[in-house]
Amino acid sequence: MSATTLIPRGPVTTEEQWSLPSRGKIAMYSLIIGESAIFTIFVVAYVFYIGKSLYGPTPQILEVPVLNTICLLSSSFTIWLSERALERNKMKLFGALWALTLALGAVFLVGTGFEWYDLIYHKGLTISTNLFGTTFYSLVGLHATHVVFGLIGLTTVLIFTLMGKVKEEHCERIQVLALYWHFVDAVWVVVFTVVYILGR
Amino acid sequence: MSREWLRAKYSAGVGLLLFLLLPGLAFADGPQATPNIFAPASTPASDISHLAIFALSVTAGIFVVVGGLLAFAVIRFRDRGDKSDKREPAQIYGSNQIELAWTVVPILIVVVLFLTTARMIFAIQDAPKPPHAVDVTVVGHQFWWEYRYPKLGITTANELHVPLSSDKQPQPTYLKLLSADVVHSFWVPQLAGKTDVIPNHENLTWIDPKAPGLYVGQCAQFCGIEHADMLLRVYVDTPEQFAAWVKNQQEPAVQDPTVAEGRRVFETQACMNCHTIRGTAATGRFGPDLTHLMSRETLASGVIPNTPANLRQWIENPDTFKPGALMPAMQLTDQQLDEVTAYLETLK
Amino acid sequence: MADHTLPIGGTLDVTPERLSRPTFLEWVTDWVTTVDHKKLGLMYIIYSVVFLLVGGAEAMAIRIQLMFPNSHFVAPDTYNRLFTMHGTTMVFLMGMPFLFGLANYVMPLQIGARDMAFPRLNAFSFWLTAFGGLMLYYSFIGGSGLYGVGNAPDVTWWFYAPLTSRAFSPGHGVDYWALSLIVSGIGTLGFAINTLATVFSMRCKGMTLLRMPLFSWVVTVASGLLLITITPLTAAQIMLTIDRYLGGHFFDTQAGGSAVVWMHFFWIFGHPEVYVLVFPAFAIANEVIPVFSRKAIFGYPAMVAATVGIAFISMGVWAHHMFTVGMTSVSNTFFVLSTELVGVPTGIKIFNWLATMWGGKIRFKTPMLFLTAFLFQFLIAGLTGIILSIAPFDWQLHNSYFVIAHFHYMLVGAIIFAVSGGFYYWYPKATGRMMSETIGKWHFWLFLIGFHVTFDTMHFVGLEGMPRSIYSYPADRGWQHLNVIISIGGFIQAIAMLLFAYNLIWSLRKGEVAGNDPWDAWTLEWATSSPPPVYNFAVEPEVRSRRPLWDLKHPEDPDWKYE
Repeated sequence: MSATTLIPRGPVTTEEQWSLPSRGKIAMYSLIIGESAIFTIFVVAYVFYIGKSLYGPTPQILEVPVLNTICLLSSSFTIWLSERALERNKMKLFGALWALTLALGAVFLVGTGFEWYDLIYHKGLTISTNLFGTTFYSLVGLHATHVVFGLIGLTTVLIFTLMGKVKEEHCERIQVLALYWHFVDAVWVVVFTVVYILGR
Repeated sequence: MSREWLRAKYSAGVGLLLFLLLPGLAFADGPQATPNIFAPASTPASDISHLAIFALSVTAGIFVVVGGLLAFAVIRFRDRGDKSDKREPAQIYGSNQIELAWTVVPILIVVVLFLTTARMIFAIQDAPKPPHAVDVTVVGHQFWWEYRYPKLGITTANELHVPLSSDKQPQPTYLKLLSADVVHSFWVPQLAGKTDVIPNHENLTWIDPKAPGLYVGQCAQFCGIEHADMLLRVYVDTPEQFAAWVKNQQEPAVQDPTVAEGRRVFETQACMNCHTIRGTAATGRFGPDLTHLMSRETLASGVIPNTPANLRQWIENPDTFKPGALMPAMQLTDQQLDEVTAYLETLK
Repeated sequence: MADHTLPIGGTLDVTPERLSRPTFLEWVTDWVTTVDHKKLGLMYIIYSVVFLLVGGAEAMAIRIQLMFPNSHFVAPDTYNRLFTMHGTTMVFLMGMPFLFGLANYVMPLQIGARDMAFPRLNAFSFWLTAFGGLMLYYSFIGGSGLYGVGNAPDVTWWFYAPLTSRAFSPGHGVDYWALSLIVSGIGTLGFAINTLATVFSMRCKGMTLLRMPLFSWVVTVASGLLLITITPLTAAQIMLTIDRYLGGHFFDTQAGGSAVVWMHFFWIFGHPEVYVLVFPAFAIANEVIPVFSRKAIFGYPAMVAATVGIAFISMGVWAHHMFTVGMTSVSNTFFVLSTELVGVPTGIKIFNWLATMWGGKIRFKTPMLFLTAFLFQFLIAGLTGIILSIAPFDWQLHNSYFVIAHFHYMLVGAIIFAVSGGFYYWYPKATGRMMSETIGKWHFWLFLIGFHVTFDTMHFVGLEGMPRSIYSYPADRGWQHLNVIISIGGFIQAIAMLLFAYNLIWSLRKGEVAGNDPWDAWTLEWATSSPPPVYNFAVEPEVRSRRPLWDLKHPEDPDWKYE
């Protein structure tokens, strides 16, 4: 058990530039691919079961969540702006835009909460009511869960920003988190189209 | 030396394969105790066995060529342990021509196999249904089979009777497959390939048996604890036998006053909640229809012969024969058991 | 052992000499808290070997039961648990963790990295996987609420709805299955992400993607495939759990739900999963066959393309598990074609391995014996796969013992044989000692004989119409004689496996000291010491070809001249 190591050196030292992509971004892209597969299965289930409920409320009871959608989609834009601010080392601007992103995401989540409250208590649709209820709450809920995880990440960064710990060199990590947030928004576009436009 | 042995073993394997298959085909004109898929007795099964022989020949050919090359390489290019020769063999990194060749040849084989297969899929699956075909609705239950003949007004269980379909007088049977609970699969290897029996999803299959007799099979999709004992029995009757069977099945149950006590037990001890005996108050749908129980050769979905002793034991405690069967032991007294057995024994 | 000494030495010893042996507690803490890819890899492998023995014991119980018709060795519900757990164990707790372990151990060494991209994620993934497996086995002793003792799942490893609903499976077996595999599935996802990040971001200088050893290539493709196959299963299991705990109706056929949708979801996972399982075998073959044939792999780019091609096609073939569910003739035809197309890249692989052996000087040490048998058996398994892809024939063969024989040819004849070869090949690297060749040869020949006695025979009992998943069969079916032969073969395999386990333990202390490069191999893991130090390489290596050690040993004729 010796700790001695023989090292092969290449026969000729390569002078060319050796650069590899960021591992954080590769990992996040991989995660996004995997998550996309999960969402695909839920979306397929939703689409397959449209109109197959034997009884109970139908998708016509849904109201299109316009405000929610605007908030969530614009948060993608604000997070992009904040990334740029960080790249240029404008820390105040970064903090403000980041907080705005967080607020927009929170509005979305609260809006979903109100929507569900209305559906459960006034329109009588729960996850066990019928196939529509099962697929609707599962799909929208799965997305909302991802928003929650995103908000936890955003909040963590915001706390560090307020503590003055976030610096320009953290740019790449922030970008990785932003990537996730863009993904959550992109998924909403799909969910919105399927649930509120095609399925209604 | 060991390599040659390995190779010999494989040639022996291929020989064994052909040896086992050919006698199977030779006997292909009647029901067998072992439901060999190479002993077909109905058009779908027979078409499949021909396609199978073709596919087996093609793959056996590939095996002989590739396996032979591999065996040759193993023998010819093994290190002979010559310590004085320390040279490494010539390093060859690849060859586009050769690699192209062994890409194209498999593609051609795939095309041939695919076209043959596609033709057969359409021929069997989309075969037009003749107007005089016998219709049967098969309902899979945990762990037994219900057979309804909608045109003939018959409901029976576990033993399917279908008419012979001779070349002179073709009479195929079309089976509509439904499930009352979980997924089952209808498989009588000598008659046709299997088709799953799925709740909320109607399936169709057909058979045209060419030789009379009893064909066996069993449920081929795991459906719960007693899946293994969900056996299938298909009786292929001559037209006369079939007509007689139909006539008997259409009658309501025999009313025999000497077993009135047994009938009373049947109608008061919850038996009737699950079983139907046409012409009486018993109209349950959960268990098999018992109107003509004595016309069946077996009990418990083919697990035991239909004898009075077996029937009594079955009623006393179904778990003796089929642990996990959904029929409960009704805790009947010995006298009640005797009476209800006597009653059921009259249901010819 | 090697004839060559590597001409260049660079040493770095950063660990201070230990003065005393670690106490037991220190030793445990070291392993539990480790983030070293080699230790995690070893733990994955030990975990999979343990479950190989457990799953093997279940198989033995199954074979004892099936030796005789109407057998009462185990009760029907116990039997159903045994084969469900056997399948689940071998796929999720043995096959996949073995891939993760081997990939974890070898891949960073091969690409000249010091660890995985995310060492702590790596540890997290392992412990999730381990916890998932333990939770699944806890179901054997965990009570089903207050009214039962032990409640392992008993609904086959494909868990078809609606048998898994509360109405038909009232205990908690299904829940244990769904929850423990969701947990280990997250671990799997972590592994896949980590591997991809490592491969794309951690390669040593000069190692372009097309200079990466094929082992690492296969691991990469397997990880990519895992990303999109394990996740649909997780999604389906979440749905199943919603059905069972929240009263959902995804697979509730009484409320309009569909049993067929579950089948699709399961096999969208299930089929690519089979390729995930067979990839370690490919990976091992890609290393062992060239080294023992003393030749470079034939057609490296074609091998890469074939691997990617198999992964790609494998995502479009799932419904060949569903030829009998009553799909339209057009869909059936489509899946026949896609399935048969898998044969093309698979054929390329077999031919390229064959061409690698052709003209070589094949040294039949134990690893190569196993890999030669792998090639034979993989060929047959592939051919029976072609047979099963012929939909009408599959209507007969589906869920019969022919199918069991086919996929055990793949899983045992191809994968376990290759994996055993892999053990003999990398064991010296991980432990510093060789495995015993004598026991190894016994292991090989016994296993080969037992394997063929069992699984060659099993094809025929399937052709005779014996379905799978049955705990007994009527005496008059005529299946008994073949079943006795199958069981005897199974027992021979069990003896071989026990010899293997004995060899693993015996060689740890008594094996011949291996040295850095016992097989005279060419990839970077053989350049460092055996076992490698924590940091793998003192100085980051730099490569110019696919076989950096060949270049070192043959400066007069290096690989990079030809690539």
